[in-house]
Amino acid sequence: MFSEQIELRGHIIDSLILPKVLDEILGRGGNFRILEIRIGQERTDPSFARIEVSGASPEIMDDLVRRLRLHGAELVCEADVQLAPAPADGVFPEDFYVTTNQQTFIHFDGRWVEVRPAMMDSGIAVDRGPQTATALKFCDVRKGMEFVVGHRGVRVVPHQRSTARTDAFEFMASNISSEKPKSAVIREMAEEFRKAKRAGGKVLVVGGPAIVHTGAGEHLEKLIGWGYVDLLFAGNALAAHDIEHALYGTSLGVYLREGAVAEEGHENHMRAINTIRAAGGITAAVAKGVLRQGVMYQCVRQKTGFVLAGSIRDDGPLPEVITDALEAQRAMRSQLVGVTHALMMGTMLHSIAVGNMLPASVKTICVDINPSVVTKLADRGTFQAIGLVTDLEPFLRELTGFVGGPVKEVKADAPVAALPA
Amino acid sequence: MRRLLLCPPDYYGIEYEINPWMRRTRNAEPGLACVQWKALCDTLRTLGCQIDLLAPQPGLPDLVFTANAGLVIGRRFILSSFRHKERRGEEGHFERWFAEHGFEVVKLPPKLIFEGEGDGLFCGDVLFCGYRFRSDIQSHLFLTELLHNLVVSVELVDERFYHLDTCFCPLPDGSAIWFPEAFDGYGQRAIREHCASLIEVAREEAVHFACNAIVLERDIVLPAGCPGLCRLLDKAGYRTHELPMNEFIKAGGACKCLALLVPAR
Repeated sequence: MFSEQIELRGHIIDSLILPKVLDEILGRGGNFRILEIRIGQERTDPSFARIEVSGASPEIMDDLVRRLRLHGAELVCEADVQLAPAPADGVFPEDFYVTTNQQTFIHFDGRWVEVRPAMMDSGIAVDRGPQTATALKFCDVRKGMEFVVGHRGVRVVPHQRSTARTDAFEFMASNISSEKPKSAVIREMAEEFRKAKRAGGKVLVVGGPAIVHTGAGEHLEKLIGWGYVDLLFAGNALAAHDIEHALYGTSLGVYLREGAVAEEGHENHMRAINTIRAAGGITAAVAKGVLRQGVMYQCVRQKTGFVLAGSIRDDGPLPEVITDALEAQRAMRSQLVGVTHALMMGTMLHSIAVGNMLPASVKTICVDINPSVVTKLADRGTFQAIGLVTDLEPFLRELTGFVGGPVKEVKADAPVAALPA
Repeated sequence: MRRLLLCPPDYYGIEYEINPWMRRTRNAEPGLACVQWKALCDTLRTLGCQIDLLAPQPGLPDLVFTANAGLVIGRRFILSSFRHKERRGEEGHFERWFAEHGFEVVKLPPKLIFEGEGDGLFCGDVLFCGYRFRSDIQSHLFLTELLHNLVVSVELVDERFYHLDTCFCPLPDGSAIWFPEAFDGYGQRAIREHCASLIEVAREEAVHFACNAIVLERDIVLPAGCPGLCRLLDKAGYRTHELPMNEFIKAGGACKCLALLVPAR
């Protein structure tokens, strides 16, 4: 909620200006709190009222204040934020304001400016020229940039989940534990994805190698092929094992179809990585016909954006993997614009890392066999995430079944597909 | 003896459009306007008024509407500050006239907009002030503090009745003639609460500027074409004097707009 203080003076009781102003506030979707009122003692004495007016957005507030000024309301000026320059590259000024992942506005030069993107654990850089406020991480701080310090003039708009039961996110008011039925929830999720795509939403998948190990890769491949995934964030492992499966039928040396261990199977993922490195990368391997199936193949074929971030335990890595952690963060952040839904599966650290970059307004689902992953994600600040404790393969199989087919072929008003036999 | 300030219509005409009545394509007929203005002047003199005349000025066609000059309280003249640039040129002429005639001229602080008796009328001991189209409510606070008087601010909501004196006319006994639809609900309630009684004007007479009347104790000078109101006033014991005002109604004014009370209080 945004609020401003207004003052009314004069014969506001005799003229009924006070009740008119209060009615106007309520009638235009605002709210008020009378902070102070002094009624004139004599008939000729003017009265005074100081009122806090609040509204859901700066636009509502602007409109309200403009209307109230017509009736004599004077705005009590909001204090501007305080700014201080960064003392060095990568160093915020002392007492810098630390952001949350919620929509944030700063009052600067007499008006409210939205901080973009809504990203937690950042400082707010203010550019006086175009009057922009940008959430920046340590690595992007440059000496002399001006940052918000203290809390004066900063407003955070708490993300509120609707109480109306209109989608899976309202439906899933609490995390779904391993002991609760999941089919109905997954069905709701399928509907949510379809609605998101119809509405022009952008779906991000954050995935760990367990997707491939559990044999769920083919379902994710299908979802990508059908056009439900716009962006994939993963590490070297997901891609390496997906490619291992595409080339050798195994994941970590285990045949996914039979569940049997392949002879010398532990070599397969190394050979797969080597093949891709020799081809010049995943995209090049698809172009050369070396890689013909799998999650990464579908990404390339569908032109689904992907960012593979490296880690110290990676083999290879695959050529597309970004090994500089800061560089990988930047690449991920740069692709997050417009993301409306995030599906995080089978990776704790990657999920937390991506959660840290997402605005609270992004609908986030975390699916993991380990209940603590969901809890950790929420505890690290991504409070908006809802969790489902289940194995990935049955989850993705059911989700794919409910989604029912490619985005373009599923009619807008078609019901979600029946549970596959 | 009631003293009134008027301005001959030598340069009167519709040269711009700043209210819904004005149409440059429907200009006033100068000869007829002169006749109507002179009849008003004569009637007021006959009723015992002292008439002062402001010298008309070329290029200021609305100077004839002297009620908008300001508000005279005793020997103090609160000079109007006009909303429209087309009328701001009048301010200097009003200021000079009152200064030359021994009045203390009070100017509004910068940025306050107030159009004098057009939007400020005493009814009993209450100063009713209209706002929105021509005056800003912020100016009412200035009047409250300057005059130490109860000021009731009422919002005007129909652009045809852009000044308070087009839809509200106080009578000497604390009652008033009015056209309620010109006010919002809060304004209507405030007027009802502060006036002893109210005489309501029908819509068809309101648009004939029935409320734009000059009240001289029991004599009321008002535009012709308002038989309903005349009957009500006759019944209430007033003598009505109807005068044709069509040429001035073309610019959105009638009897009261053409005369400023010196003083109003």
